[in-house]
Amino acid sequence: MEKQNEVLEQVIIKFAGDSGDGMQLTGTQFTNTAALFGNDLSTFPDFPAEIRAPQGTLAGVSGYQLHFGSVNIYTPGDKCDVLVAMNAAALKANLKNLKEGGIIIANSDGFDPKNLRLANYPDGKSPLEDDTLGKFNVITMDVTKMTRAALVDSGLGTKEIDRAKNMFVLGFLYWMYNRSLDITIKFLEDKFGKKPAILDANLKVLRAGYNYGDTTETFRTRYQVQPAKMATGSYRNIMGNQATAIGLVAASHQAGIPLFVGTYPITPASDILHELSKHKSFGVKTFQAEDEIAGICTAIGASFGGSLAVTTSSGPGIALKGEAMGLAIMLEIPLVVINVQRGGPSTGLPTKTEQSDLLQALYGRNGEAPMPVIAAYSPGNCFYTAFEACRIALEHMTPVMMLSDGYIANGAEPWQYPTSADLKKIDVKFATEKNGEHFLPYKRDEKLSRPWALPGTKGLEHRIGGLEKQHETGNISYDSDNHQFMVRMRESKVEKIADYIPQQTLDSGPEKGKLLVVGWGSTYGAIKTACKMARSEGYDVAHAQITYLKPFPKNLGEMLFNYDKVLIPEMNTGQLLKVLRDKYFVPAIGLNKIMGIPFSAGEIKDKIVELCK
Amino acid sequence: MDTATTSAPLFTSKELVTDQEVRWCPGCGDYSILKQVQTVIPELGIPREKFVFISGIGCSSRFPYYMETYGMHSIHGRATAIASGLRATRKDLSVWIVTGDGDSMSIGGNHFIHLMRRNLNVNVLLFNNQIYGLTKGQYSPTSEEGKVTKSTPYGSIDHPFNPIALAMGADGTFIARSMDRDPVHLKDMLRKSAAHKGTSFLEIYQNCNVFNDGTFEMFTEKATKKQEALFVESGKPLLFGQNNELGIKLDGFKPVVVNINENGNSINDIWVHDTSDRVKAGILSRFFDSPEKEGHYPRPFGVFYEEDRPCYEDVMEDQVNQVIAAKGKGNLDKLLKGSEVWDIK
Repeated sequence: MEKQNEVLEQVIIKFAGDSGDGMQLTGTQFTNTAALFGNDLSTFPDFPAEIRAPQGTLAGVSGYQLHFGSVNIYTPGDKCDVLVAMNAAALKANLKNLKEGGIIIANSDGFDPKNLRLANYPDGKSPLEDDTLGKFNVITMDVTKMTRAALVDSGLGTKEIDRAKNMFVLGFLYWMYNRSLDITIKFLEDKFGKKPAILDANLKVLRAGYNYGDTTETFRTRYQVQPAKMATGSYRNIMGNQATAIGLVAASHQAGIPLFVGTYPITPASDILHELSKHKSFGVKTFQAEDEIAGICTAIGASFGGSLAVTTSSGPGIALKGEAMGLAIMLEIPLVVINVQRGGPSTGLPTKTEQSDLLQALYGRNGEAPMPVIAAYSPGNCFYTAFEACRIALEHMTPVMMLSDGYIANGAEPWQYPTSADLKKIDVKFATEKNGEHFLPYKRDEKLSRPWALPGTKGLEHRIGGLEKQHETGNISYDSDNHQFMVRMRESKVEKIADYIPQQTLDSGPEKGKLLVVGWGSTYGAIKTACKMARSEGYDVAHAQITYLKPFPKNLGEMLFNYDKVLIPEMNTGQLLKVLRDKYFVPAIGLNKIMGIPFSAGEIKDKIVELCK
Repeated sequence: MDTATTSAPLFTSKELVTDQEVRWCPGCGDYSILKQVQTVIPELGIPREKFVFISGIGCSSRFPYYMETYGMHSIHGRATAIASGLRATRKDLSVWIVTGDGDSMSIGGNHFIHLMRRNLNVNVLLFNNQIYGLTKGQYSPTSEEGKVTKSTPYGSIDHPFNPIALAMGADGTFIARSMDRDPVHLKDMLRKSAAHKGTSFLEIYQNCNVFNDGTFEMFTEKATKKQEALFVESGKPLLFGQNNELGIKLDGFKPVVVNINENGNSINDIWVHDTSDRVKAGILSRFFDSPEKEGHYPRPFGVFYEEDRPCYEDVMEDQVNQVIAAKGKGNLDKLLKGSEVWDIK
């Protein structure tokens, strides 16, 4: 039978299954294939904190949302067009996010009485067999059975065979969206090259899924999503944590000093360590410490010795590092502290996203302990933010906090990658000569930063520490006037950085008007999309995304007052809102979501419309 | 630094004195330790600017301010971690950690044991005075059970750490004990610490004459020292007593105190110390009874154990070099580009 081709502008697919079903891999493969085809895209992996939560339960559902299109894409999308449900729990957990009329691809084997019971379907009644899914277009296939059939002669055990199930689904989706299998074939060859039997099985099942679509009469429509019209240039697909890691390597390269990372594994930051530990050929030293405190303290030691020193963590780990950050502030040495935020407080929601560590970043240390804070707004932007954090730390002799979050850290997008020639040099100067009769370790330059004199430099022997310093000499001082002077000096030094960062710009919208939406961090894509939607409906709204949270760009205050109203969407109870109100007395309005999941563009757009009316 | 040499010093002890007033209490054992360190450091054949002293918090941790070298007075318990990061990235430096019993055994206990197992080439000087001095007299993790202090008016109920046994348990590669009141022995131990390649752990019994005066006097004072302190040296029998008439004999794994002139015993029956014998060093580390206790063993001083094991920073560097040898030096443009790219035209 003739198959029809329908052209779509954009599609949102949610891959959902048990944590052991390989949904993250399936999603990543489809993503890479879409990226190389030239679609713009954004992804959102969403998985349980447990490695293998009880099989078949709602708690064990692992999901991966992919939004791709021939238009520009800034978010993983609100409601899905397609839901892949490998079992009953996956369907139940995600059905509310499926558009009316959306497609459900259900693995019927995952809807047996046991799975139905585990997913809390009353009386073991399968939703595939009654009319509860009437609003949707349900495609039921017994993936398990067909996978087993495809591998009947493979000689593999049932367990190994069943592990290839996800390839069937992937193959089917490749058929449905007119995609080539090449990228995934190459991936499988690289991954299983040394295990020919497993490789062969995966390839067979992948093709079986594709052919199933092609030959089965039930499916008549295939979809085309053309490449997106993006800025010309070369692109790659990148995840946030990966971008952060290579941003650090790039900064080390551009500064001409070695990179040292002292860290302790924590979700969702560990992938930065994993990525960096691969890059020893750049001389990168990664030190997996005994705890969070040792992570930052080894970095402080490495910084004292002249390395570009970094520690990575998430909120709970940042709490543990607080005292050491205070030390780095007193020592006035370069240090980059990366917080990939997650849901809090305490252990909170380790695998879910939140922006609730802004106040911790700004104020979460004893004493007056100012530290520059900058935030990344997208997976690709993590690269530039990490690079910039290093630049500020090295050029201004200060610890710097970079904020990312679980959403952009694990999310992916096409990235127009730079070349090394596009990257600025980072200016690192080590002191080599005395700056007075005796060496004065706290004598300041025009940036108010002090000299970096490395151990081993003859004649510059000096002691630094956490006790209050006397101005210039760095000797211990309990003098009250000196203390007040130094507290203000450390604050001024951080504020002085405002002279060396770009002015705040608008991302979109008019320079003056009714409403300015101000965001920071990972809300970028949702705000951008929401503003675009609102403007297309005639609402007068502008968008600014703040990267520099301390110090703020000098023109920020002025910008805020160019609008009648200011809206600040945040995945917290209003932290930036507090800070902006405090600093600029601006009567801004908060839009707050603390559900462990990002904003949808629709939620923000609704608020924009409400405020513009 | 790997070896200690005895060539002409590159600088004098006096050049190690800073312009800062030393602020320990008069009579504090720390003065003696500072003096011995300032004596030994110039002998090591290492330029002054290559020395770094890193401390945590506590009375002992003021030490770096009094050494005209590079130094850092850090935060409580973390000197070990900071020194690890420094040494991991700067193999040209001679890194010394100055810490106390609260700093390294209590708040910094975790970093201490991990430093031991990683075996970075640094030197740890633990000033053990069995009391919290800087916070004015609370019991410490090395204070004896029943100790009456400001925070334990009815006596401490904590069982104390035995730092030597702890270091043994954490696979330390150089483990020694000395005392503030024996400058000759202390200098010898400092030299041996410096000479060891790997983490050298030197516990120094240090008298706090304000909050815990005389706590080690049985080992340090003339009247009892010979009876209570056992000075061990590799290759020599474990002898002590007024005239070295007492010795330690091993009955299986059980050490027995005997008089070599009595009951048919001779010096040939006495356990000969061997710093490379981990099992025997373990037994020796357990000579930790209170001198008040009936039938107690004498307290050993000297090098308990020493082993040659690769240092963390060397292996770390080797790994980097091996990867570079295999893959070539990292190319930033290749890294930025990744493995799969496409062009939008």
